[in-house]
Amino acid sequence: MTVIKTKVDRRSFLKTSALAGGGLMIGFNWACSSSAEVKDPASAWFDINAYLTIANNGEITIMSPNPEIGQNVKTSMPMLVAEELDVDWKDVIVKQAPLDNAFPRQVAGGSQSIRSSWKSMRMAGATARRLMIETAAKEWAVDANSLTTKGGYVLNGSKKLSYGELASKAVGIEIPEEVTLKEPKDFTIIGKSQKNVDLDEIITGKPVFGIDYKQEGMQYAVVLRPPAFGAKLKSFDDTEARKVNGVNDVIQFGDKVAVLGNNTWAAMKGKKALVADWDMSGRLEDTPYHDSEMNKLLNKRVERPSRSDGDALKAMASADKVFEKTYEAPFLPHNTMEPMNFFADVTGDKVKLVGPIQTPAGTRGQIARLLGKSPDDITLEMTRMGGGFGRRLYGDFALEAAEISQKANKAVQVIFSREDDMTAGTYRPASKYKFRAAIKDGKLTGYHLSGAGIGRNNWVRPDWFPAGGIENYLIESSYVDSNITTGAWRAPITNFLAVAEQCFFDELAAEMGQDAIQLRLDILERAKNNPVGEIDYEPAKMIGVIKLAAEKGNWGKAESGVSKGFSAYYSHNTYVAEVADVIMKDGNPIVKNVTVAVDCGIVVNPDAAINQIQGGVVDGMGHALYGDFSFVNGTPQASNFNNYRLIRTKEAPTVDVHFVESLNDPTGLGEPSLPPAGGALANAMAKATGNRLYKIPFVKDQMVFG
Amino acid sequence: MATYQLTINGKQQTVEADADTPMLWVLRDHLDLKGTKFGCGIAQCGACTIHMDGNAVRSCSIPVSAVSEAKITTIEGLSKKADHVLQKAWVEHDVPQCGYCQAGQIMNAAALLQRNSSPSMDEIETAMNGNLCRCGTYNKIKAAISSAASNL
Repeated sequence: MTVIKTKVDRRSFLKTSALAGGGLMIGFNWACSSSAEVKDPASAWFDINAYLTIANNGEITIMSPNPEIGQNVKTSMPMLVAEELDVDWKDVIVKQAPLDNAFPRQVAGGSQSIRSSWKSMRMAGATARRLMIETAAKEWAVDANSLTTKGGYVLNGSKKLSYGELASKAVGIEIPEEVTLKEPKDFTIIGKSQKNVDLDEIITGKPVFGIDYKQEGMQYAVVLRPPAFGAKLKSFDDTEARKVNGVNDVIQFGDKVAVLGNNTWAAMKGKKALVADWDMSGRLEDTPYHDSEMNKLLNKRVERPSRSDGDALKAMASADKVFEKTYEAPFLPHNTMEPMNFFADVTGDKVKLVGPIQTPAGTRGQIARLLGKSPDDITLEMTRMGGGFGRRLYGDFALEAAEISQKANKAVQVIFSREDDMTAGTYRPASKYKFRAAIKDGKLTGYHLSGAGIGRNNWVRPDWFPAGGIENYLIESSYVDSNITTGAWRAPITNFLAVAEQCFFDELAAEMGQDAIQLRLDILERAKNNPVGEIDYEPAKMIGVIKLAAEKGNWGKAESGVSKGFSAYYSHNTYVAEVADVIMKDGNPIVKNVTVAVDCGIVVNPDAAINQIQGGVVDGMGHALYGDFSFVNGTPQASNFNNYRLIRTKEAPTVDVHFVESLNDPTGLGEPSLPPAGGALANAMAKATGNRLYKIPFVKDQMVFG
Repeated sequence: MATYQLTINGKQQTVEADADTPMLWVLRDHLDLKGTKFGCGIAQCGACTIHMDGNAVRSCSIPVSAVSEAKITTIEGLSKKADHVLQKAWVEHDVPQCGYCQAGQIMNAAALLQRNSSPSMDEIETAMNGNLCRCGTYNKIKAAISSAASNL
């Protein structure tokens, strides 16, 4: 039995009030995971930012502060509430809360929605259930502990009262000091696959995405932006643009020019008709410059290593052999299928914003400063997002919409073309990793990783594998400043760090004459039993997924014509191991199948979880194969899907997913299957072709794959 | 600007538009049929797939002036009650993640099943290779098309 306290110092983590129209409203903070983990409950707990309501008609609604971006939280979060509330899960719906001061902390995090709401959502459901029981006990004048619940009713022998009948009467009943949560073995909803609650809207083409939003009389705005990072607008001629049918206005703001039209096509044509003169005398970076700067850093020692155990440099000096390899990856655009867009209507003192954004509060703050308004005068409605992958953490497109609307004094929807989306991005930064291993008497005696990339990031994860498993261990990180905008891209940093690391361990195992998996297991055994220094992962769980993937993926068993590649990585609190099967067809490698083992604790919604894992593997392999994005004089060299290749259905492997059975609290799922995918692929391709690949993309130009 | 008489989802529609306006924007902006999605504008991603006389076409690259008397079907007109065999299969397999490309995937698959009611996996892959899914739901899309075909 899990008992959870609902109060600290007599202050409750939940608040109840009457629901307008009749019923009960329970406010809580969706992101607080448990009282034990909260260091400062006074500041952390009492921000009510989510509401559970039980209406008089029995309808149960969660106002969720967080937007849906394809990770399926809109389905999995109500499952947590329905489980503890003891109702049919279909009776619980999630509504997207608008950005509101009543919801002070609206931020969409990375693979953390379920993890951080696991206890709070269940506590809210359990508290509501308890309030229903206590209200029914008063009605019947019986002991509350003699009552049970089922399917949205409180039961008393043959008598029953529905939650809808009880809801209004529950207002004002004191919140219990503590409530009991179900044990995982008693779950009836969690752990059973439930369909995406927005399925019908999606398959019938309902206007649920930001780009679908329309307000009567609004203008479609298409923006001409500088062609290169570092370029500035000198002047422009809009004579021809203004002649285009349906174009109503041309607005300059900063180094950009917006064309406003009655429809998107008119605005796009207007933009093409603009003639602009650009000042290209500023700092214009290109890919060879980035390469040489990163190479310099990889060969220099940093003042403060990210981690140093023992003396790795000494181990290198006294080794029989120092095995060294460098791996590199380019910038990447996000390429969400729904291009960036946002609606803004700036009128007098009020500002109305609508669109797909992961950081609504921060974006509203920026827009308030930009327009000289108070955030209180700005409303922001979040729509479903046609993909994010990190791009919609940055609200540049919303700021553009607000500025254009203010200057034009019209409601506008800014729409990026694919070319705008790809060339005015916030890219995954390019990075390089140099690994060195000291081998003495056939043993691994030292490990040295130096990471460098474009932009001020921490390029390493020094306390994760293989930390704790190698006596002499040195990790360094350094960066190159740049004027190219970079940011989070699905599984930030680890999306390539993992590929590089897992390729290196494959090569190192071959060099040492060991099995690729056994080398990893030996390091993990040391980290588990007698770790060197503090570590920030659980070696036992990593061993668990490695063994499961090896078994399910038939590692070590010869299959005719099949080359197997292995990879394992821990990220977002989840452990993943993958075995990729590559075959050769007409001289070209094809990845046929990937076997994945995952330890993500309790699997809340299995089919949806499998979908996330399959997607992450396809995404990771696709970008390792084809992701090719470079700069010449600050100008991106790819702009649309005719010159930037994304993985397609013929090239996508089947992905066979296996979960480690677990009763632990759930961890992240939106990202963790991506980081190991590229490594498993590269390791299999090296075996299949005899060629080891060191640079992404692995496949250039129109080369056939699959 | 010219006037066009179009047949969309079985209904006659009159549209005032420039001759070069792609059907994508006629549908989305002129007629408020937002189910057809903008992805690339150059017929490379398939998000805007519609049917023209039963054939799958990329509406971003079909100017309104080229439609003439052809019958246009969009995702909104694929079925009356979301009960096309593919829509049912999409529910059975719980296919979407973000969902943005899915209308185009379904429309493309519907045209495939129209001309080949029992496609092999190779035929499915060949027919669907022009439709990108950035979330990587390809496994589920293929499974859904296979089960839809078996339910025909």
